Amino acid sequence: MADTALTAPLRSPLSHVAGRLAAATHASGGAIRLAELPFLAQLNVRLDAKGAAAEAVGLALDLQLPLQPNTVVRAGELTALWLGPDEWLLVGPPGSERDLESRIREAAGDEPVSVIDVSAQRTTLLVTGPRAHDLLAHGCPLDLHPRVFGSGRCAQTTLGRTQIVLVARDEPRAGFWVLVRSTFAGYLADWLLDAATEYL
Amino acid sequence: MLLIPCPWCGPRDEAEFHYGGQAHVPYPEDPASLSDEEWARYLFFRDNPKGPFAERWSHAAGCRRWFNAVRDTATNEVLAVYRAGEERPATLEPRPVLSAGSGAAAPEGARGTARPAPTHPQLNDNPRGGAGGEATQPFRHPTRGRIHRDTPLTFTFDGTEYQGYRGDTLASALLAGGVIQAGTSIKLGRPRGIFSAGVEEPNAVIQIEEPFPEPMLPATTVELYDGLVASSLPGQGRLATTPDPARYDAVHAHCDLLIVGAGPAGLAAAAAAARSGARVILADDQPEPGGSLLGTAEHLDWVREVTAQLDAAPEVRVLPRTTVFGYYDDNHLLAVERRTNHLGADAPENVSRERVWRIRARRVVLATGAHERSLAFANNDRPGVMLASSARTHVNRHGVLPGRHAVVFTTNDSAYAAALDLASAGLAVTAIVDTRPEPGEWAERARAAGIEVLPGHAVTGTEGGDARLTAVTVAPHGESAGQREFAADLLLVSGGWNPVAHLFSQSGGKLRYDETLGSFVPDTCRQQVEVAGSASGVLDQATVLAQGAAAGARAVEAEGYTPETPRLPEVPAQPRQTPPMHVYVVPGATDGPCFVDLQRDVTVDDLAIATGAGLRSVEHTKRYTTAGTANDQGKTSGVLASGVVAELLGVDISALGTTTFRPPYTPVSFAALAGRDRGALSDPVRTTAIHEWHVAHGALFENVGQWKRPWYYPQDGEDMEAAVLRECAATRESVGFMDASTLGKIDVQGPDAGVFLDRLYTNMMSTLKVGMIRYGVMCRPDGMVFDDGTVIRVAPDRFLVTTTTGNAAAVLDWMEEWLQTEWPELKVHCTSVTEQWATVALVGPKSREVLASLAPQLAVANDDFPFMAWRETTVAGIEARVCRISFSGELAFEINVSPWQGLALWEAVYEAGAPYGITPYGTETMHVLRAEKGYPIIGQDTDGTVTPQDLGMSWVVSKKKPDFIGKRSYARADTSRPDRKHLVGLLPEGPGTFLPEGTHLIAEGVLPTPPVPMLGHVTSSYRSAALGRTFALALIKGGRDRIGERLYAPVGDQLVPVTVASPVLYDPEGARRDG
Repeated sequence: MADTALTAPLRSPLSHVAGRLAAATHASGGAIRLAELPFLAQLNVRLDAKGAAAEAVGLALDLQLPLQPNTVVRAGELTALWLGPDEWLLVGPPGSERDLESRIREAAGDEPVSVIDVSAQRTTLLVTGPRAHDLLAHGCPLDLHPRVFGSGRCAQTTLGRTQIVLVARDEPRAGFWVLVRSTFAGYLADWLLDAATEYL
Repeated sequence: MLLIPCPWCGPRDEAEFHYGGQAHVPYPEDPASLSDEEWARYLFFRDNPKGPFAERWSHAAGCRRWFNAVRDTATNEVLAVYRAGEERPATLEPRPVLSAGSGAAAPEGARGTARPAPTHPQLNDNPRGGAGGEATQPFRHPTRGRIHRDTPLTFTFDGTEYQGYRGDTLASALLAGGVIQAGTSIKLGRPRGIFSAGVEEPNAVIQIEEPFPEPMLPATTVELYDGLVASSLPGQGRLATTPDPARYDAVHAHCDLLIVGAGPAGLAAAAAAARSGARVILADDQPEPGGSLLGTAEHLDWVREVTAQLDAAPEVRVLPRTTVFGYYDDNHLLAVERRTNHLGADAPENVSRERVWRIRARRVVLATGAHERSLAFANNDRPGVMLASSARTHVNRHGVLPGRHAVVFTTNDSAYAAALDLASAGLAVTAIVDTRPEPGEWAERARAAGIEVLPGHAVTGTEGGDARLTAVTVAPHGESAGQREFAADLLLVSGGWNPVAHLFSQSGGKLRYDETLGSFVPDTCRQQVEVAGSASGVLDQATVLAQGAAAGARAVEAEGYTPETPRLPEVPAQPRQTPPMHVYVVPGATDGPCFVDLQRDVTVDDLAIATGAGLRSVEHTKRYTTAGTANDQGKTSGVLASGVVAELLGVDISALGTTTFRPPYTPVSFAALAGRDRGALSDPVRTTAIHEWHVAHGALFENVGQWKRPWYYPQDGEDMEAAVLRECAATRESVGFMDASTLGKIDVQGPDAGVFLDRLYTNMMSTLKVGMIRYGVMCRPDGMVFDDGTVIRVAPDRFLVTTTTGNAAAVLDWMEEWLQTEWPELKVHCTSVTEQWATVALVGPKSREVLASLAPQLAVANDDFPFMAWRETTVAGIEARVCRISFSGELAFEINVSPWQGLALWEAVYEAGAPYGITPYGTETMHVLRAEKGYPIIGQDTDGTVTPQDLGMSWVVSKKKPDFIGKRSYARADTSRPDRKHLVGLLPEGPGTFLPEGTHLIAEGVLPTPPVPMLGHVTSSYRSAALGRTFALALIKGGRDRIGERLYAPVGDQLVPVTVASPVLYDPEGARRDG
């Protein structure tokens, strides 16, 4: 019986609403695209931005951790989000969390760093399409105008009645990543689908 | 909503922050050396100044950094923010107080000399089709108005069917049908007629019956649609009894410039800003831009030109049908957009009916116009009495003549322009009654048009039946002799103009009395706002336009954009102005009430009673008489009431001022304010990775914070009692399992992690060995229990802390506050990992067998895997961290896996446990099992006034550690009182007698006369399968010294005898823990 789970596929927080997200995307005729990007590797990295570890980790990852508040740096398949003056969220492809963690720890050596696998802590929603701004503006108090929140920006803020990490994707028309705590994801998906009704 | 500048993230809405109290109150270096009084001063005493105050704030929904802010407690202005550990800035200047207007001169050429009026009353020829409907709409003007004569509409009012056109309001359509009476008054039941043409309407407040019931709407603001069914009201509406099927939503918007009002000033401001590149929002409550110009039918080509220009500007958003109703801190304004109301039954279902706009504007231009003021004379409430400019609006906007024969009663020039325009539209203006002895050039013009002008006269009374006015009595102003009577079905009144200063006043702006205008105008404000046009008290049209353009230009220029000089319409030369006369109460011989507030039926006599009773302020007379408190909020009556009270008191109106303007400017429905935050979306619902299994297996759920937790799993028609007894018995006798994923989990990492936890917990954590687990209690500095949970040592510099389900965020905040503000030298980081794990608690004597079958590589024997140890292994093929902890006293394991595999683990456990009859259980069974063992639940058995010692947990309070949060408080006299409340068990005398939670306990078996001395109360109460009886936990004064005593619990009319017992009622020797 022990191997029943061995073959069980991973279940993401929004696997049960994937069909509804796809249906809304389809019904909007291209105005909005909603989809979960499940299982992305996510690591919470804490270190002294001015210390030796910052540079070493940057070299090891081939990606300089952003020092400017509320910005992201992308390199290859990795994205580093500024979360605080000594805190980053490193996002990579599914399954890469262990490798990333050991690379960071190795690079830091004896410098005090904290690395925490938080891949399951949040899931990622893709919100794109010409009406993506309008959709998010129904519940996000931030100014999302491309002049203000363009490519390279991220923010921890609220959407509806839940906290999110919002990331502007690399191209102006590529929309947003909405990272949401997994246990709030169902609420947020319902909220987004309800807010999208007008664009369908 | 304040905009608080986070030192890291920049300005964010106040809602993203948590308040942390006074800053710069450091934790004492050596609490043990302080006297009780000094320690109490640290714990309980904080400054409370009026003015600048340094406070701690946390950007809780953002970067989680604590910082300091200096806030002026009187104005709420944040004067400075600085990072934790930095010095408070020395000198702080508040924002300067700004003038509401610039006073900039209007450009040459655009300047006129008099009041707004066309020199030649012009026909507003309707381009949209021919006349029609004369039979059913006898008061319809053949050509004027902006109605769509090709779109006739049918509606019903008070059971009678009428016709109107698209572009009508309900009020104008009723007027076209010859109906002016639209309700009766709330207290006196007097017939009342349509009084205005806009939001200021006090009388014609109606009920919509279909398509969806909606009470108390001014008929002057309801756009007509086909199939509308409405009825008149006796001053009070009826709420719908069925749920509202419409959608409502909200939008956050940001702009460089928000212009409120699309009249001449607002349009000029928008035209100046439109092509600068600045982000502009122009909000107006009407369906189309133009404002007062729509009512006077002037410069409509310019309105069209500017509207087209705005529509073409990419960064300009024009919001029609949008009322800005609230002006809050830091230029945060709320508006409501009526999106589909005007479509009636044709409203699309997927479009929100109303939308709340939450606008954050860098700068605001208020171009909100002015409302015409009424006058208090005898029987001034008869249907047919109407504001002069409103009658003109009905003609020019809606193509409706409000009557056939009018008398005009005025104290100023503006009513002449209205009278001349109305006369040209075919209304017979019999006389203009002017209180001014020498009305000047405008009077000449009226006489030239054949209208009799009575200078120095006033209206002293009216005659008429229920439906309409029939005659007007006129006498020399201030005299009773020399009366004349005029037959008239319309009396047009103008007592002057009140700038619409509501939003300016809400913004914190101060008003001042304007002598020329005889009313109150915007003066100064701390926010970035300008007032332009007649809202600033300027009524001359050329100046209004120039002021608007200048205000719009200044605003975008201040934001770094280059404005342009917009084309403004040529305003023809006007007759020379004659100053208005300030009249409020008209003395008269005719008996009859002189109404001030029509909607509240408040008369001059009522205000006289108020001043006679000694009231000296308009705020007091308002509350005494209710004047100004109706849902029109006194728009036509407020300044009039101030004027009346001033006369009654014999003081100048400037000394009295107005009552305070508060949001909303016009009524806003709760549905609109709620938006989509209702029903299933009213609050987030948090569910675990295993949730759908619980649903599928019939669980009922308990709300714990925002979580849905399985409460119990009833089978075959079981009630709660039966289900919980079954779940408890199965778990104690064989094996049960529950979803424990909701417990808060915090990763604490860094070389100083042990030191940090030693300071936070009452017991020692740094000595915990890797691979082991310790239970801990966290207290506040006052020594009271704040949270509890287990701590796992993952590695030498890494711990995993669990918190109670409801307290996870608060504990993380608490950790960050101490770390960032008091102990920044500690090298440690805290990160929430609550959702990184799904947790299955496997509980009961057979739990070891079940685990062994699922984790063949794990040595599960007691010696190999002792109590309070954890192991990494695979369970059901899933990587897992298994902890041997117990919240029930039974042998138990907590299996933690990735939530992506949580459901798979749960199902595997269910399958593996089947041979032992494994039973899923919920929170209720968990509560019973832990209570049988006397384990408290923080927040249920404690309430912030309970120490660990009170709970009988002195063992968890370290005697060795030099200090930890709360330690000093245990040496206070108060925490060592012998009569503190202790947690004890209670056994009711009858084994089936159930004590409701919250039941008080007393010493005597007879209820004494009050006050009854209370000994404590029941905190938890259950039926126990293991004990075969009911039992309770309670906090009782000196409880541990009362064990064995009999106390009494008043339950209903009964005094239930109970015996005080140890809180540990089951397996006190702990024999079951190791299986």
